[in-house]
Order: sequence, then structure tokens, then C-alpha cells
Amino acid sequence: MTESATINVPVAQGNEDKYKLKMGPQHPATHGVLRVDLELDGETITDCDPKVGYLHRGFEKLAEHRTYAQNLVLTDRLDYMAAMANNVGYCEAVEKLLDIQVSNRARFLRVMVCEMARLASHLLWLATHALDIGAMTVFLYAFRERETLMEIFAELCGSRLTNTYTCLGGVRQDVTHEIMRKLDNFINEFPACIEEYETLIDTNRIWLKRTIGVAPVSAEMGLDLCLTGASLRGSGVDYDIRKHVPYAAYDQIDFEVPLGETGDTYARYRCRMEEMRQSNYILRQCIEKMPPGAIVGEDAPDLVMPTTPRKKVTADTSARQGLIKLIEDRDVYMEGDIYVATEVPKGELGFYFISDCKGKPYRMHIRSPSFIHIGALETLGKGVMVADLIAIIGTLDVVLGECDR
Amino acid sequence: MQILIILLQIAALLAIVLLHVAYTTYFERKIIGHMQVRMGPMLVGWHGLLQPIADGIKSFFKEDIIPEQADKPLFLAAPIICLVTMLASLAVLPFARGWVLADINIGLLFLFAMSSLASYGIILAGWASNSKYTFLGGMRSMAQVISYEIPMGLSLVGVMMLSGSLNLTEIVTAQGTSIFSIYLFPQIIGFFVFFIAMLAETNRVPFDLPEAETELVSGYLTEYSGMRYAMFFMAEYIGMMVMASIGTVCFLGGWNGPFEIPFFPPFWFILKVYGFLFLFIWIRATLPRYRYDQLMELGWKLLIPLALLNIFLTGLFKVFT
Repeated sequence: MTESATINVPVAQGNEDKYKLKMGPQHPATHGVLRVDLELDGETITDCDPKVGYLHRGFEKLAEHRTYAQNLVLTDRLDYMAAMANNVGYCEAVEKLLDIQVSNRARFLRVMVCEMARLASHLLWLATHALDIGAMTVFLYAFRERETLMEIFAELCGSRLTNTYTCLGGVRQDVTHEIMRKLDNFINEFPACIEEYETLIDTNRIWLKRTIGVAPVSAEMGLDLCLTGASLRGSGVDYDIRKHVPYAAYDQIDFEVPLGETGDTYARYRCRMEEMRQSNYILRQCIEKMPPGAIVGEDAPDLVMPTTPRKKVTADTSARQGLIKLIEDRDVYMEGDIYVATEVPKGELGFYFISDCKGKPYRMHIRSPSFIHIGALETLGKGVMVADLIAIIGTLDVVLGECDR
Repeated sequence: MQILIILLQIAALLAIVLLHVAYTTYFERKIIGHMQVRMGPMLVGWHGLLQPIADGIKSFFKEDIIPEQADKPLFLAAPIICLVTMLASLAVLPFARGWVLADINIGLLFLFAMSSLASYGIILAGWASNSKYTFLGGMRSMAQVISYEIPMGLSLVGVMMLSGSLNLTEIVTAQGTSIFSIYLFPQIIGFFVFFIAMLAETNRVPFDLPEAETELVSGYLTEYSGMRYAMFFMAEYIGMMVMASIGTVCFLGGWNGPFEIPFFPPFWFILKVYGFLFLFIWIRATLPRYRYDQLMELGWKLLIPLALLNIFLTGLFKVFT
């Protein structure tokens, strides 16, 4: 002890009073198995540390041991809300790598299923986002419309969630009149449904209070955080791959890219709602402009079984072998690497391939928007309240299947 | 003999109320179901009519799990506190003229006391579970109860001033039998404050923060299972009914209606309570949830000043008439 007359009373350090809360991986609002380590001061978050990896399935490594065609099914399991969009993204990338031409009809079909997937994904986003904030009814209304889309998917390719609809060089199945009729009905009714959601939540004071001004992202900040998709467009950055680097048939289709201004949760919400309207418009054009012709490109190879003599796929079914017909032998695999990005509902989904002249990719890297958006959580989540964090997770529109791959 | 009759009355009231609780859950599920383009319970009995019974049996026979780290006596006591206080507040409710177990002169105060005590159950549940989410839920509940008890009490001061009594029967009698003399019209500000505070008091949407499913994983309820969980549930629904009854008694003229129903005087009272319960359910199907700080803001910055203004205006009204 020192000779000081005063007694040192230990005072609790402010920082040591932090309440540590590990939110997730089993939590109803973390959209799967996201875990967020929080440090709370009361209800305010002082530190936010997202932990990913609970749904890791090693897709990138798996892809190195499978053929290009086989890897397609892995992409279904990335963002299972919009498996179609992932299929298209993957096929666009591989087709660019292997220089395969796609028929125009297949391009339009791809745009069609992409936009249907976008609607399905945005509807699920709206449903869960509203549910997270507490509006339960929107959840079921959105699922009602999503169900129609799922049924169309099921009729189109036999599967509701994991579609594997596209194939290298085109799509697997042609649409029937019945599907087109159902889709036509849907897009006629859908704008009224969007209005219905908006009357339920957009005029609601509590909803506005919970979203306006929550987690604002400026344009610079959004770019720094590598946000893409509606999360970035909500901040007013005009970045949409469909518009600026058109793939499939997007160059033949007229649509607008809705932009927000403030970059807060509400702006992102508005952005996605407008995107749904645009998707509806795109779908209408797809139905009107759908060109006739083959659904698989003329020189599309059959890459399913690279050990057997290489085959090509045509739409010619006269050989009674389904869609596959042996035409000619060609070495389709080139050396090199390629990065191709597409605009999936969540943002920019990129596929990076390194090819070493074999039937399998030497390396496949997936740039998944969800992973990068979760990274932004650390910045956005600081200083907000627990309830806001839930809103932020919802508004970034993350899906853990894509994040953890 | 007197005691025996009172005991029988209590038993009858409890039986009726608990049956109502069971079927309020059924109607809530049905109404919300139809509002959300689905059917609600359909399997147990005709249109799921036996669902509440099945739920009751299920929760009764479920294992009663007590977390290892929990503060056992408090953990066990918390749901009982919740339920008993809520049941006790039934005693002073006048269902019709003379249809009241304890016609005491401080009826309104007694109700406030009981509903405040019930929140002890929630806070203790949050504390005793020794889990992080329940703790946060308990904290929220504590803040919410403190913030909304005040506007709730203040909003009814106007009613007390007009009727000059805290006795619920007298409050009803003071409102007369005409629809135009009920306190809803002179106390419209008070009713507004009361209605919002009522939602908050019963932890209902949009103020269900203590049990916010998507934030706190059911908050204070997280660690409870089986019958203890059901007890919280019952307490919540009885709380809803009690609050609806207070609203009916203080603002809607209690058991008085356009005409007398022979043999069953509480008819109008029950109808009005059902109306309130429907509003509760309707609001639950429609509104999102407030954030913690917004809830505090609403309570302290809007409701309390409004309630004080209401008292002031009522005072002026009393002075000049």
C-alpha cells in the first residue's frame, strides 16, 4: 500500500459492463444460420461481429471434381430463393468460357425465368423483412403470390426450388402454352398485389418509423462496402449488370433501373418494390417478344459425360433420344480464366473460372452478394438498436446458402 | 354458507373465464387466419373447434423443463405470479348490475395494482431464466410497464373525475343508460391514450417487445415450456380481457345497451368486450412492431402529455358545468 491517505475504491470500468449476446445461428431473424456476436449497451449495439460458415458445403472445392454440366446443380443450392437466376449466371459464365452460342429463344426464356426468380426472391425478401419488423400479414400475402410462381416453375422444369432449368447452350425445356397462360394471368394480377402490400405497410406510421433513417448508406460508403443490387441502388448508385453489361436477352428488353436517394432501409425497400414492378414489365415483354426457334444452341456440346466421345446437343428430337443427339466431335475446353457476373435478385453474382483444358474447372470461385453484404453488417450494425439490426439483416437481403456456399 | 356461495361464484367465474381464454386463442387464430388468406386450425373437431382443448391437454402433459442455470424458486413462481394477479383482478369487474364478486370502492386502483404486479412475473421470468434473450425481454418489459402504467392511470383520471368514484359499478351507473352519455365522447382523448396504453400493458402488437419473436426469440418466454408456458399465455389473454373490461366499464357504459336482455344482463358487456378483443386481434394482424426507443418516445412524449391535457380539460369542464 502507498502512504496515500485516500483509499482507492475500484470503480467498474464502463467497457466491462457490456452485455455480450451471441445472436444465432439458431435465431428466427437471421435468415438461416447467420451468427452475429453482439456487444450491447442496454439495447444499443456497440460492437457487431457477423460469423459465417454454418452452412458451408464446400461448393467451390466440389466444383473442381465435377464437370461443367454437373456443377450446374450446385448453383441451385446457392441462393435457393432464386435458383433460376443462379443457373443462368453459371451458364452465362461457362458459355463465355467455352464460347458456346445460345439461341435467341433460349435467351428470352432465360430472361423470363430470371425475372420470375427475381419476383420470387423479392417476394420472400418482402415477406421476411416485414415479418422481422413485426408485420405478419404481409408475410402470408407475399407467399400467396410466390406460390403461383413456384407452381409455374414446377410445371416448367418439375421442381419448385432447385430448378436446374438452364443447360449449357440453352434451356432444358421449352415453355408450353399452359405455362404462358398462367404467367400471363400472374403478371396481369401482380401489380394489384404490389399495391396491396404497399397499402398494408407503406402508409403505416410504425413501418415508416422503423425503416426511414435506419442504417443509411451513402453512395461512397455503399461502394466501399462492395454492396451490389438493390442494396446499392437504394443509395442512388446506378449499377445494374442487366442494363450495363447485358447478358441473355436483356439488351433486347426495355426496363428501368429504379434508384433510391437516401440509402436508408426505406429507400432499399422502395427500390425493391419498384424492381418488382419492372420485373413484371420485363415478363410482359418476354411473353410478347418470345421468338420462335430452338431452345438449345446449334453448337452446344453435351458436357455431361466428357469421358465418352464429345457430343453436341440439338433441339432435334427426331432421333428419339430426347434432346441429345450426337453430331460431331470437338475439343471444347480452352485454357484461361474468366469472370462473368450477372445480376441476381440479391446483387452481383460472379463466377470466376480457371480452366486448364480439362472437362472440369481447375478452380471455380463464386462471388456471392450475400457474403459481401453480411460483411457490411459490421459497419452498419454499430450504434443501432437490436431491433434495427434485424431490420438491417432483412434489408440487405442475405441468404446464407449463398453466403457460405 | 356465505363463504360457500362466494367460493362457488369464484369457481364459476374462473371456469367461464378460462374457457373464454381457450376460445379467445381459437378465435384469434381463426380471425388472423382468415385475414391472412389461410384457414387457421381446421383439423381437431369441426373447423378446429376442439383445438384449444387439444392445446390445453398437450401443454398440460408436456415436460416441464427447468434450465440448469435458472434461479429455480423464482423461475417456478414467475408464471404463477402472472396468472394469479390477473385472475385476482377479475374479482372487481362488474359484468352486470350486481354481477360482481367484490364490489369494492377502489376497484379501478385494484385493477391497476394487479396489472402492475403481473409485470413482476414477467420481469422475474426474464431474470430467473438466466438466459440472455429472456433477460433482455424482462428489461424491456420493465421499461414498458413503467412507461405505460403512468399514461394508463392518467387516462382514467378523467373518468374518475367525471363519475366521482373509483368503484366500477358506480362508474357504469354514472354514465347512464343512453348511448350518448357514455364517457367515450367527453373522454375521447382519454380513450385514445387508454387504448394505446392498453395494448402496451398487455404486451400485444405493436408493443409486443418483451416477447418480440423475431428479435428476442420470444423474450421472457424463451425458457418456459409446457404448463408454465401456458400459464403465461393464459395470463396474457386474461390481461386482454381485463383491459377490455376496463375499457368497456370506463368508456363504453359497461353492461348498458340499447335494450335490456332478459335473464342475461351481462350480454352487452360481453359483446363490448368481444369487440375490444376483436380489435386486439385485428391490430395484431395489421401492424408491425415498434422499436424500443420509439416505444419510450410514444409513451413519454405523446401519451403522458395528452393524458395530462385530458385531465386539465376535464377539470375545466367540471368547473364550468
